[in-house]
Amino acid sequence: MAEDKNTEQPAQGPDKAQDKAPGKVIEVDNLVTHYGEREILKGVTLDVRENEIMVIMGGSGSGKSTLLRHLMALEMHTSGTMKILGQDIEKLTAMEMFHLRKKLGVAFQSGALFSSMTVGENIMLPLYEHTDLDPTTREIMARMKLEVVSLAGFENLMPAELSGGMVKRAAFARAIIMDPKILFCDEPSAGLDPVVASALDDLILDMRAAMGMTIVVVTHELESAFKIADRLTILDKGHILMIGTVDEVRKSKNERVQNLLNRMPEDDTIDPDEYLGRLTGEEIGGDATL
Amino acid sequence: MKHEIRDEKDATIVALEGDVDLQSSPDARKVLLECVGRKRPVLVDLSAVGYIDSSGVASLVESLQTAKRSGNTLVLVAVSEGAMRVLQLARLDKVFTICDTVEDGLKQVQ
Repeated sequence: MAEDKNTEQPAQGPDKAQDKAPGKVIEVDNLVTHYGEREILKGVTLDVRENEIMVIMGGSGSGKSTLLRHLMALEMHTSGTMKILGQDIEKLTAMEMFHLRKKLGVAFQSGALFSSMTVGENIMLPLYEHTDLDPTTREIMARMKLEVVSLAGFENLMPAELSGGMVKRAAFARAIIMDPKILFCDEPSAGLDPVVASALDDLILDMRAAMGMTIVVVTHELESAFKIADRLTILDKGHILMIGTVDEVRKSKNERVQNLLNRMPEDDTIDPDEYLGRLTGEEIGGDATL
Repeated sequence: MKHEIRDEKDATIVALEGDVDLQSSPDARKVLLECVGRKRPVLVDLSAVGYIDSSGVASLVESLQTAKRSGNTLVLVAVSEGAMRVLQLARLDKVFTICDTVEDGLKQVQ
């Protein structure tokens, strides 16, 4: 990981997961990514352990959504290495990547359900794509997952007929239909009322316990993060500020971590030269035009 | 996944062994549906199942429903902790008759 004077990497703590010495299912080493010439992730190093719930937090523009997309193997990095389930994703063939993706489930922030398909058809989609299971088996699996997310009997509705919370739960059902080894959740509680959000948190905890999944959650909801996380990764401007347990993060003396926890606005002190460079486009290549 | 079928006096016992997952669950489904079609009570011994995924559980559900439709019985025995958690998450522990041992299962279907 890139050195950052504010970075805290606590020594191996006494959490239960470490006592069991679980394997690492995600290993990221010095990951750097760019969008165009803009560097988004600036040397990120972290690992996610088997059966762990890792929450990634950070303010807007911190790089957390970008990091999530890379962890889901949806985008390739500029430099550094990333292993998912022991496989270096840069070295995978298209077919190997296809097989790896079968082991990953993704619950997108928007739900990303297909509006022209029923809830049941949406949920069964990965099974049609990746398996030759008998139709009866598929349908029973879909109904089981709807039961798990408390949407039993909703399989024949269209997504437009669901509330926001129901869409999120249906997206969860689709994400877990293949019993993934790793489940990625992008802002699962965003836009939900506190009761529904809390129920989704419980669902994440239940799924981990019952299905032994490793879960990576990106969220800016502090209450949710503290409820579900085994460890948190705090990102700031493409750097990792800290990785630690809930207790370690709460007790952190890092000012920027505390600002995030206390919802304090970012220090608006500016570097005049950097600001001038940004305005004139020199910072991103000299002759850049809008 | 391997399986063994043996007929006891009061029931057919299907012992599954290994992982019941997306690859092997079609075989498990075929075996289970064949056995419940024999019109004898079926005990599904899961003691040697290391991991069962949703497709495996779905095969058990379909077999149970097929058995019930024909007036037959299907009982799960020696369900591992992991499999039980999956059943509980979908509240299927309330649907299946579950016994701790094969002997208990045989008493159940007598």
